[in-house]
Amino acid sequence: MLGKTAGGLYWMFRFLERSENTARLVEAGFRIALTRSSDPESEWKSVLTTAGVRMNYDQKYDGYTALDAIDFLLRDTDNPSSVMSSINNARTNARMVRTALTTEVWEAVNESWMAMKAALKTPVTQAKLPEVLGEIRRYTALVRGALHGTMLRNDIFDFSQLGIAIERADNTARIIDVKYYTLLPSASFVGSALDNVQWETILRSVSAYRSFRWLNNDDISPMSIADFLIFDSRFPRSLSFCSRILDENLGYLAKDYRTRLPCHDMIDAQRDRLRASTIETVFDEGLHEFITSFIRENNAIGLQIEQDYSFVG
Amino acid sequence: MSTDRQHFDEMLLGGEGVRAPYAEYQEWFSHEDVSRLSKKSKEAEAFFRRTGITFNVYGQAAAQERLIPFDLIPRIIANREWTKLSKGIEQRVRGVNAFLYDIYHRQEILRAGVVPIDLIAKNAAFLPQMMGVTPPGNVYTHIVGTDIVRTGEDDFFVLEDNARTPSGVSYMLENRETMLQMFPELFSQIKVQPVSDYPKNLRRSLAACAPAGCNGKPTVAILTPGIHNSAYFEHSFLADQMGVELVEGHDLRVVDGHIAMRTTEGYKTIDVLYRRVDDDYLDPLNFRPDSMLGVPGIMDVYRAGNITIANAPGTGIADDKAIYSYMPDIIEFYTGEKAILKNVQTFRCSEPDALKYVLDNLADLVVKEVHGSGGYGMLVGPAASKKELAAFAAKLRKSPANYIAQPTLSLSTVPIFTKKGLAPRHVDLRPFALVSPDGMNITPGGLTRVALKAGSLVVNSSQGGGTKDTWVLED
Repeated sequence: MLGKTAGGLYWMFRFLERSENTARLVEAGFRIALTRSSDPESEWKSVLTTAGVRMNYDQKYDGYTALDAIDFLLRDTDNPSSVMSSINNARTNARMVRTALTTEVWEAVNESWMAMKAALKTPVTQAKLPEVLGEIRRYTALVRGALHGTMLRNDIFDFSQLGIAIERADNTARIIDVKYYTLLPSASFVGSALDNVQWETILRSVSAYRSFRWLNNDDISPMSIADFLIFDSRFPRSLSFCSRILDENLGYLAKDYRTRLPCHDMIDAQRDRLRASTIETVFDEGLHEFITSFIRENNAIGLQIEQDYSFVG
Repeated sequence: MSTDRQHFDEMLLGGEGVRAPYAEYQEWFSHEDVSRLSKKSKEAEAFFRRTGITFNVYGQAAAQERLIPFDLIPRIIANREWTKLSKGIEQRVRGVNAFLYDIYHRQEILRAGVVPIDLIAKNAAFLPQMMGVTPPGNVYTHIVGTDIVRTGEDDFFVLEDNARTPSGVSYMLENRETMLQMFPELFSQIKVQPVSDYPKNLRRSLAACAPAGCNGKPTVAILTPGIHNSAYFEHSFLADQMGVELVEGHDLRVVDGHIAMRTTEGYKTIDVLYRRVDDDYLDPLNFRPDSMLGVPGIMDVYRAGNITIANAPGTGIADDKAIYSYMPDIIEFYTGEKAILKNVQTFRCSEPDALKYVLDNLADLVVKEVHGSGGYGMLVGPAASKKELAAFAAKLRKSPANYIAQPTLSLSTVPIFTKKGLAPRHVDLRPFALVSPDGMNITPGGLTRVALKAGSLVVNSSQGGGTKDTWVLED
């Protein structure tokens, strides 16, 4: 496969994953700001921080109103991580690697792009927001379904999965990073209305509000949430799950190409570290430190993959 | 431009009756409901959008992708008509290849005085770098898309030879796919020669032209300028259909005297490169130094015989407008036969008698710049104002050698589907010929382009032209 094609696949799926994650952050933020928060401005501020776009946003706006934040996150093409920018980028990459995609996957991406262009043509009113967010979710599911249902399980699939896993791990880790202080067993929070709101936000941002309660018998504590987001191998957005996906697909590539590369050592090291840790040791050594070093590692693995498989010349 | 003359309609005979090739189709059509067909037509458009069969418009934002309008009435060619046409094309393409070999080797045709030496020596499309270079398999034009127009029952003319990188073949294939999806019943009633083998034939034909030193199965790749090129859809479509890699200049480099592409497992040698990049941009070391689209050093690899470039560099000299007027003589010189397909009568303004005639009859003629393309710098006499004619006459007198003139042809029409019923529109035809040492393969039919505006003779997609499925009937 061309290195450029591998890179195109990887980025196409990173951007698709990003569009979905951004939409989910908006959804959680909107719900919390609407139902629970006494301070919606700070809620949107934290959403923008989690999405990693607050600096860009601050250059453009003075306050953190729902309308501005939503517009910036969904529609604004000056924001490289907005849903529209992400879908544009995903589709540009898809056009570049079109020969590597099945007709179903290509058409799903192209249709998503057409639908998003239409849905995000004008500012999204609060009344229309649930419908638009639902549409984004449906279209990303369509692409994912086409990927799983029609693509050969070869290097094309592997590079697609790597893009998804790197982006998703980054997203979950950043959510923890921004909200980590609400997960600390600090006495002043426990049992208060505030921490419950914060915990709900976190779980909704990763679409796990319901599944977490199912799995944990409604035992909501900072440690159980952190444990779930980092270590629960059943949860498809946990760091451990993403790390396993990376490990598996890098393993297939090593087998297929009969070559082990530096990125394989890096993922091995990450797997070992995760296996050797428990939520207790993480809290002992500091949640914040753990998360920031995970984000750094995850990034480094992504860059190493790009280099090892010659994405660019 | 529009004219009031009577045109030859390929379907309807002056409003009464139907020409024989269309008899069965007409029978089917007369039982069809207009509203059903309107609905089908909309479905076709949605299909083209969804599958991304679009072309980019230069100078506009990346998001500006347009559809080429598709008309659902097929253009139908009788088997007997096609036999003659394809013989003519084959002869012409053979002549073009022999001409190119000669021009880049001994130049017998110049010595014989059939083509004036000035026309070659001063021509920008002539590549001195190709002198003495013999392309693998002796093939210069691997893919040719000859533009043909019709003016009457037996009157076919070649308008252009398109020996560089003819485009449009993806529309030929997708138009047929669309028709098969929309009207499967039609194809069980009427026996139409298939076109779907084109990608397979193209790959075989290209592989058969691999360099002599290539061991095993040749690796073929398509070189595209990238996703912003107006024909990018076609490049990726063909790569997909042939099952070969679609590469850009930055994916390639010279490795051990061969051209190689950067893959996830290191560099891999390419044997045959079907390039959709112009000569000028092919190699910054040998041609335009500012080109980012090509591969530095590819010409040296080519001269060493280690890669096949399709079409060969320098083929543009054969589809130059000034050379065009000599094509009947060129064909006769190399094949010893009279040209089967006619040329459009062409006045070379460099010749005093011709210039006089052109100036006297400017209002009836089409005048083209010798090196122009895409309709730039062209005068369409019947559509021009007196002022425009006078201004153009002055230009002609100043540098006559820069121009050729042709009579305004009365192009044939084929009806298109409109809500009010059938309406005649002018068409042309671009059949696609593949050349390899094993022989020539011409796909039955080709791409029919149609001017959608009533009376218009301009079929270009950039100027509101559309396309039709083209049928060659089985006997």
